[in-house]
Amino acid sequence: MSLLIDFSILAFLVVTAVTIARLRDLWAAIMFTGIYSFLSASWMLVLDAPDVAFTEAAVGAGISTVLMLGTLKLTGNRIPRLKRIRVLPLVLVLTTGLILGYGTLDMPHFADPQAPIHLHPSPSFVERSLHDMHGLPNIVTSILASYRGYDTLGETTVVLTAGIAVMLILRRDKTPSSDLVGKDSTFGASTK
Amino acid sequence: MNNIDWMFAITAIGILLTMSLALTRAICGPTVFDRVLALNTFGTKTVLFICVVDFMTTRDDFLDLALLYSLMNFIGMVALLRFTHDESLADQEPA
Repeated sequence: MSLLIDFSILAFLVVTAVTIARLRDLWAAIMFTGIYSFLSASWMLVLDAPDVAFTEAAVGAGISTVLMLGTLKLTGNRIPRLKRIRVLPLVLVLTTGLILGYGTLDMPHFADPQAPIHLHPSPSFVERSLHDMHGLPNIVTSILASYRGYDTLGETTVVLTAGIAVMLILRRDKTPSSDLVGKDSTFGASTK
Repeated sequence: MNNIDWMFAITAIGILLTMSLALTRAICGPTVFDRVLALNTFGTKTVLFICVVDFMTTRDDFLDLALLYSLMNFIGMVALLRFTHDESLADQEPA
């Protein structure tokens, strides 16, 4: 049953991706990207990663659909049909895909209990965390804040930079601009 | 497998079938309305599917995700329909 669910979701993903690539109507393609995000979030859920699925559903299906619709408003709605198939990009994409597929052959099998990640670092974290953290019982916190401290610092820096950039973009400039002039004219028009 | 497991399995297969039908309609759909309706149906079926998988694997914490999915489905559909109707996402400028 679990295999059936896995394969159906993956098949839906493939069908949706091919449809997005073939559609010439960008408006419909955006709808399909929303569906793709929902499907990949369900796939992550089946793989037992609810936190990633939360992020994918909120960002992929929620925000980016609206953002892409806004982009579509600023640009055109359609792209021209391709005249012929370009050989070099096709070969490049196929080669990259094959190399990536070949790379997965080295990875441990799905849900293999003998995989290195389950044998090597995790037990030592569990054993040594209590002593290393001077009695802090929460292992997740100790990994995030201490063992992977630099990683977490980098992530928070990225979030801070993104926040600063958004504030800089959305900031209203205080110089007299067309915004104020427009307000004055509408005010005058309404009182007339 | 006992009766409950069979029930969940058959429900899941039924929902998957419905999803594939909706996807087919969304791909073929000649008009915009066909596509909107099909994709909205697809989103709803995803929510149901998550709920069924949730009960099948006896994990309760996936139900929150199903709620989030339905909210996102609604927001996405409202944005799409507004864009179709008004050709704009912003509020109308006061005249």
